[in-house]
Amino acid sequence: MGGSSASRTLRKLSREEAFYFFTSIGNYTGVSASSLEEFVEKIREVNTKSLEFHLYRWDFEKWATEVLEDEKLAEQIKSVRSLGVTGGALRDQLYFTVLKRYEELKRQLSPFS
Amino acid sequence: MKMKSQIATLDELDWKILRALQKNARQTYTEIGHRLGVAHSTVYDRIRRMEKHGIIKKYTTIVDLDRVGMRYITAIMTVFTDPKESENIAKRLSEFNEVVEVFTSLSEELLIIAKVVAEDQNKLHSFIAHSVAPLPGVLRIRTSIITRKHKEEEFLIEREKLEH
Repeated sequence: MGGSSASRTLRKLSREEAFYFFTSIGNYTGVSASSLEEFVEKIREVNTKSLEFHLYRWDFEKWATEVLEDEKLAEQIKSVRSLGVTGGALRDQLYFTVLKRYEELKRQLSPFS
Repeated sequence: MKMKSQIATLDELDWKILRALQKNARQTYTEIGHRLGVAHSTVYDRIRRMEKHGIIKKYTTIVDLDRVGMRYITAIMTVFTDPKESENIAKRLSEFNEVVEVFTSLSEELLIIAKVVAEDQNKLHSFIAHSVAPLPGVLRIRTSIITRKHKEEEFLIEREKLEH
């Protein structure tokens, strides 16, 4: 992934493109993420029930692929699901995985920073 | 029937006609008149006047969708809103085909309560996640999927039972 693809993944998203965290069908927590950077932050604060709900519905991968256009991030999230973890362990794994990818993309944008 | 500004004052016969129509809107004027002990022309006049003044809004058909094998789910969606955006949200919700009823309620917070119908849980969730959650001023959403309907009746008919 080059600089332009990285900037596309890291862009500020519209309201329609943002990720909205739910805890179950139709139950919106009020927490949303309008960029990958915000997504990383929100993983730390949202209820773990919400992370479980979306992970096991493949919502994160779908968003990574269709909105952020980042297949690599989608693959990495998929690998988190395959661990079968829940609760705090899921939050830690997901946070670490998404943060790592976010930092990698940031480096692609400004390789000397 | 007397009109005082926008409020109509109905007499006992008007109320009886309305209750008769709510029980069965396909009854003829003659049948209603016979039951209430008045001429069919009286029933006709009263009904026409109530239609003209918008007291009778429409005649509709209640279809039992289960009987025709239609797959659908109904949910009651409570949307917690920023008070400044509440009117806009109610208006936008009313425009969606998935939403069949919309109410505003003021409890501890300003709420919009809407009845939503979708083909299945995935479509319901997708509608709420992609069309409702992104509306400006939506703070949180609580949704309850209805699993069984125990009663559906009109207020006038229930009130009549209370009075007797």
